[in-house]
Amino acid sequence: MSAPTVAAPHSLADLARLRVSPQEYAQIVELLGRHPNRNELGMFSVMWSEHCCYKNSRPLLKGFPTTGARILVGPGENAGVVDIGDGLRVAFKIESHNHPSAVEPFQGAATGVGGILRDIFTMGARPIASLNSLRFGPLEDPRNRRLFAGVVNGIAHYGNCVGVPTVGGEVYFDETYTGNPLVNAMGIGVMETPEIVRSGASGIGNPVLYVGSTTGRDGMGGASFASAELSEASTKDRPAVQVGDPFTEKSLIEACLEAFRTGAVVAAQDMGAAGLTCSSAEMAAKGGVGIEMDLDLVPVRETGMTPFEYLLSESQERMLFVAHKGREAELIALFERWGLHAVVVGTVIQEPIVRIQHRGEVVVELPARALTDDAPLYPRPVLSEPPAAIQVLRQMDLSQLPVPEDWTAVLHKLLDSPTIASKRWVYQQYDQQVLNNTVILPGAADAAVLRVRPQTFGIGEVGAVPLGNRGLAATIDCNSRYVYLDPYRGAMLAVAEAARNLSCVGAEPIAVTDNLNFGSPEKPESYWQLAEACRGIADACRALDTPVTGGNVSLYNETLVDGHAQGIYPTPTIGMVGIVEDIAKTGTLNFKAAGDLVYLLGVATKPTLGASEYLKVIHGLVGGEPPVLDLDLEKQVQAVCRQGIVQGLFKSAHDVSEGGLVVALAESCIAGNLGMTGLLDDPLSGFGEVASQIAVSAAPEDRHKVESWLTEMLGDRWHALGVVRPTLFEITFKTVSHSISAPVVDLRHTWEQAIPRRMASPTEASS
Amino acid sequence: MKFGVIVFPGSNCDRDIVTVTRGLLNQPTRMIWHTETDVSDCDVVVIPGGFSYGDYLRCGAIARFSPVMAAVSDHARRGRIVLGICNGFQVLSESGLLPGALVRNRNLQFVCNRVSLKVERNDLAYTTAYTKGQVIEVPIAHGEGCYYADAATLEDLEASAQVVFRYTNSDGLVTPEANPNGSLNNIAGICNKAGNVLGMMPHPERASDPALGATDGLPFFKSLVACLAVV
Repeated sequence: MSAPTVAAPHSLADLARLRVSPQEYAQIVELLGRHPNRNELGMFSVMWSEHCCYKNSRPLLKGFPTTGARILVGPGENAGVVDIGDGLRVAFKIESHNHPSAVEPFQGAATGVGGILRDIFTMGARPIASLNSLRFGPLEDPRNRRLFAGVVNGIAHYGNCVGVPTVGGEVYFDETYTGNPLVNAMGIGVMETPEIVRSGASGIGNPVLYVGSTTGRDGMGGASFASAELSEASTKDRPAVQVGDPFTEKSLIEACLEAFRTGAVVAAQDMGAAGLTCSSAEMAAKGGVGIEMDLDLVPVRETGMTPFEYLLSESQERMLFVAHKGREAELIALFERWGLHAVVVGTVIQEPIVRIQHRGEVVVELPARALTDDAPLYPRPVLSEPPAAIQVLRQMDLSQLPVPEDWTAVLHKLLDSPTIASKRWVYQQYDQQVLNNTVILPGAADAAVLRVRPQTFGIGEVGAVPLGNRGLAATIDCNSRYVYLDPYRGAMLAVAEAARNLSCVGAEPIAVTDNLNFGSPEKPESYWQLAEACRGIADACRALDTPVTGGNVSLYNETLVDGHAQGIYPTPTIGMVGIVEDIAKTGTLNFKAAGDLVYLLGVATKPTLGASEYLKVIHGLVGGEPPVLDLDLEKQVQAVCRQGIVQGLFKSAHDVSEGGLVVALAESCIAGNLGMTGLLDDPLSGFGEVASQIAVSAAPEDRHKVESWLTEMLGDRWHALGVVRPTLFEITFKTVSHSISAPVVDLRHTWEQAIPRRMASPTEASS
Repeated sequence: MKFGVIVFPGSNCDRDIVTVTRGLLNQPTRMIWHTETDVSDCDVVVIPGGFSYGDYLRCGAIARFSPVMAAVSDHARRGRIVLGICNGFQVLSESGLLPGALVRNRNLQFVCNRVSLKVERNDLAYTTAYTKGQVIEVPIAHGEGCYYADAATLEDLEASAQVVFRYTNSDGLVTPEANPNGSLNNIAGICNKAGNVLGMMPHPERASDPALGATDGLPFFKSLVACLAVV
């Protein structure tokens, strides 16, 4: 067999189109000892994209803690896997689909869900839940309304049809995301195979199987598209957005899990970014072997495709398997029963190369490692101090702000801020309960809670169906305004808030998956943000004992407005999971009964208006410093909250976040359809923001027990706030005569209508 | 007493039903693949929710042609129990086993929520454990659950008391606000004239497990177990 023919060296324009820099090209030539042909260059272009190889971020990710007693699989596989006890193992991972969603919100978001679910079931885990973290520009702009509606509809379409409940997440609105929305999807699954399925190929002579849907020209070069800035011209890149088919994915889930249980599968890899290229190269490189493939055997949905198109297609719902030799027929029959393709397209070979044939010719022959391990790394110098503009913002004088007279109106205005307001408009479109495991529904608590149980039963007489009482809590969090003003502290605050939200349902936080959404790493201030945020995540995860099991990096989140690049707020979203020992003992955020006593845990530092929602919504300002974080206090408060819930002392728990304590209390009232009376020092204590605080409620008969226990556990770092009342929300201040007083029904109306009211305006025609 | 649960490619509430019938109520249960042609071993056949064959045409429009549906029709003709929940209701109406059609929700959005239903009849095998007029809270999750039928059909349905479940407010009042999808006459579930075939959009199987906090759907399944154990 002859080596592939090499065309004349590629023009600079070719390289630019493929987003390969001249330096990278020189590196490729050096690695190969020859020029790559066009197919090979195409493969390098996607494999060496930031999306696939993390060339800019990898040096910074090294600081993350990644091991721990509960960590079974850390970064590097399709998803992380943790041991949650009772023999249950959970796979989970987060991934972004920001750029596709900006161009085609419905399919962009839908395929984001499909992609992350494939990462989960590729490991041998049945997907049991998804969450998502979404960010858009203000809803006053019709373009943002169209993106918001389209993304939510896309997530709903895919998740509902594939039959995986969407149980939680977060949605923020800010000008910074206009034109560059963030769509991060997190998948969670419970292992249904005895062995975790890995992706490294092995067994020389073993057959390589292509399974799932057909290959077409959709999603060409999506990975490199995702690794560049969006521009006005990006909408012309619609072919770079994939099209999802959740029905096929549902069948693929069932067929793959069944296939893994037969023991006939050696390794599996989903075809996500860079499709056949990425899956074959990674399986070969991880196994230290080679893969030989014949494109003529690949099932296609259109004719006349070139090798380049086969290799770069990102058609969805496809996987690559290595099977045990001799068992391929069994697997093919299984997949065909589910109406899916399963075809032997190649073989595992000794020589560590990826060799691709098309019409009898070798069209690619590359060392597998050249595409993966040898990808470039760009460690960059990190600014030694914050950029001047950020320093100016941090030093903003917040002591001379005009003082509002009507604090009730301030509360209404904050509840009307879409970032704070009810997200019912969103989650009502998601099936939250399919699979019959959802213990805590969206909106009811600070985190989702699911019962965790394998569901391996299938066609035929069904044996015992054990239900169990062990659960998992999950959340995604990030306040990107905090990160913008102080990336190190902001990232730590995101980790702390995620853990706090888990603790508010009574769960013990155990592990993290992170999605780093940042601007161009080629800009010193963006790279500084990334470096500082990574340092913050690492330090907080180490302190809270929640190792990072993997995640995703999405850089170049910038939009060109009038030729001027505008970066998004740095947004390291933190997906975190925690163990619920007994799903009968969980916490929700709603007040339960009039007469219950309300307490605040974690009283130490004074809340700040810096980086607050109050400052943004009421004064139109972004500045100051985000809240200080004391990780020891954080751990203590969270432990107390968890114990209080599990012991049945706390009847509700809700963390203090955007909008401050008053908003947190109003939310507990709205959710419980109850009012309260409370006394605070001053409006700053009520509307400033702070870390490590949780508002809880307890029965009046438990007063003595609760208060002496809190003193024992927290010393003086807690205090009583007030009492739950039937209908009226009343907060008075020690230092000012104005108070807050409103019927909870009115607050509810403002809070519930904020998003529907804005979405009732017509959206721009979706052209 | 045995339950059979039909599995089409794209069904996704099949295991949810099994979780209740086998897991909670410990009743023999068989999952039946869409290519099977004999369901006679089962007393109750359930067509579960999901997106049968992807529902890329009209919901349930492809499923009605599957081999197993002939057996299901036969099961119904013999007077045995056939229950269609959510997508199952769509399949039954497409198959002509129940009158009317399910069309897109009034607001054109998928809706997942907990809604109040009034139990209009408690003389059916699946409602005996309820009281007549009882208001229960059961989840819904559908994009095409707006019940539609022509005026004559609707009149006939009402006259023969074939409306089994109706969307109401928590006081049991039939109001436009309590209607989550625009269904005519707030219809959430109907049966055939004989009462052995039921279709409903709400998911009683999602409100059966005490561990998940809602149990108003459990009497639906317990009724069947009690009624059929006697036979």
